[in-house]
Amino acid sequence: MKTFVLLARAGFRRHSTYRLALLAGMTTNCVFGFIRAAVLLAALASAGTSIGGYDAPTTIAFVWWGQALLGTVNLWGFAEVKERVRTGDIAVDFLRPVDPQITYLAGDLGRAWINLLGRGVPALLVGALLFDMAWPPSAASWASGAVSVVLAVVVAFAGNFIINLLAFWLVEIRGITLLWMITGGLLCGLYLPVPWFPDWLRTIANWSPFPSMLQNPIDILAGRVVGADIASTVGVQVFWAVALLVLGQFVLRAGRRRLEVQGG
Amino acid sequence: MSIIETRDLVRDFKKTRAVDRMTFSVQPGEAVGYIGANGAGKSTTIKMLTGILKPTSGHVRTCGFDPMRQRVEVARRVGVVFGQRSQLWWDLPLRDSFEILGAIHRMDEQVTRARTDLLVEQLEMGPQLGTAVRSLSLGQRMRAELAAALLHSPELLILDEPTIGLDVLSKQRLREFLVAERREEGTTLLLTTHDMGDIERLCDRVLVVDHGRLAFDGTLNGLAGTVGAQRIVVIDLAQPTPDLVDVPGATLIDSESDGLRQRFAFDSEATTVAAVLAHVSSRHEVRDLTVKEPDIEDVVRRIYAASGRG
Repeated sequence: MKTFVLLARAGFRRHSTYRLALLAGMTTNCVFGFIRAAVLLAALASAGTSIGGYDAPTTIAFVWWGQALLGTVNLWGFAEVKERVRTGDIAVDFLRPVDPQITYLAGDLGRAWINLLGRGVPALLVGALLFDMAWPPSAASWASGAVSVVLAVVVAFAGNFIINLLAFWLVEIRGITLLWMITGGLLCGLYLPVPWFPDWLRTIANWSPFPSMLQNPIDILAGRVVGADIASTVGVQVFWAVALLVLGQFVLRAGRRRLEVQGG
Repeated sequence: MSIIETRDLVRDFKKTRAVDRMTFSVQPGEAVGYIGANGAGKSTTIKMLTGILKPTSGHVRTCGFDPMRQRVEVARRVGVVFGQRSQLWWDLPLRDSFEILGAIHRMDEQVTRARTDLLVEQLEMGPQLGTAVRSLSLGQRMRAELAAALLHSPELLILDEPTIGLDVLSKQRLREFLVAERREEGTTLLLTTHDMGDIERLCDRVLVVDHGRLAFDGTLNGLAGTVGAQRIVVIDLAQPTPDLVDVPGATLIDSESDGLRQRFAFDSEATTVAAVLAHVSSRHEVRDLTVKEPDIEDVVRRIYAASGRG
């Protein structure tokens, strides 16, 4: 546990050294926040007062929580592990008495925390100051929302970790990464709330892990999901977090066997 | 108990046999140089010793454990430095890497700090502790890698080309540190290198590997003796002098500029540089003297030639 905390702190510090990147990220998040808020409010106005349980204040909350969590949850993925597999540096990870997946997860939680503080909270404040935004309706919503955000970070990490590990078998995984980004960006509810999707697309989304990376925490924090529904929303995330981490362990082991057989 | 033990260790890659029935053992406290040409099987052996690579057949034990099955046990007892790879956190201050590694090895925080302080002092890295690893010079980084590998006080230190690319002074500091570290901690050392200086200063035993096979196992002097590698001494004289053919224990190779410069070859067993110099300077005025040690490539080449390869 102490090891985990220290590794998370290291992730936090690594990413906090790039202050300019944080500032640039925050600015981008804010600009896109304005654009998305304008577009979605216009769509809402033309459709009536509410779509799929979202009225104007919850739509604003959807937009700005989305912008706030965009850097926190690593939706676009990372290339560090892929690079280490490609260069063979992954061998160094296997020479340590710790599990590589847990090590990288800890680092990613640290990265998420600095991004939440450095990019997320400022973006959220901008949205809150300039728009009429719905807030979590209760302390329970705040608390379960926080848990849900952590789970979203874990699900996104676990999925991306598996994608990175494919580098054990494929020379180039850029195509797969791109596919993941496009599919994930749409299905996680970044562009449009998942409840706004046509039925068939919503069904696909709900069978995928992607809403667990963004839509679920936003639903709780925007107050669209309340009461007993919170448990099932978080439950789905727990399922995907566990499933993807376990799958990741299998892929990691297979990757290590490949290294053992082929040399690294 | 041996720190390293291999018996009939074999590793095949698709069509080639990288390691061929390798059998050797290393006792606690030994310092072993592991040398051979590129592709001779050095790195493959090290990967099998550390559990990164699975042997095709044969027996291997590191610190008494099976590296494939007991990877974590081995990782706790072994420190590894790959000259070409880094175990430090690139974008963090150096200090943080030690802190994280301490946690990874489940060391008590106070122990980590004391051990870091000691290593940092011995390696003279104090001023670099606050520097991001990516900003360190190669020499500084290699010293940091060494400290990182030794942080958890491993029983066995494996160095894969630790001095590659370093300048003379950096090499010197690294070697001095390793000598002192081993004297105090008794750490067992396995070292691969292309640098004869590393072997001479650090190792009391040499393993030469050729096409995956152990071609020699013994002392460095024994190695030079086996293949007849001779030391060369070049003497510059004040006056043109006829060829000195009567120096005891040494053979004249050639002379230049009417005998102003004369080159001798000799065997360490037969005579010494001092004796050669004393003999020559008692008869002629000597201006300068250089000694050329047999180099590792040369020795290895001779071993290969003797075993009918190369």
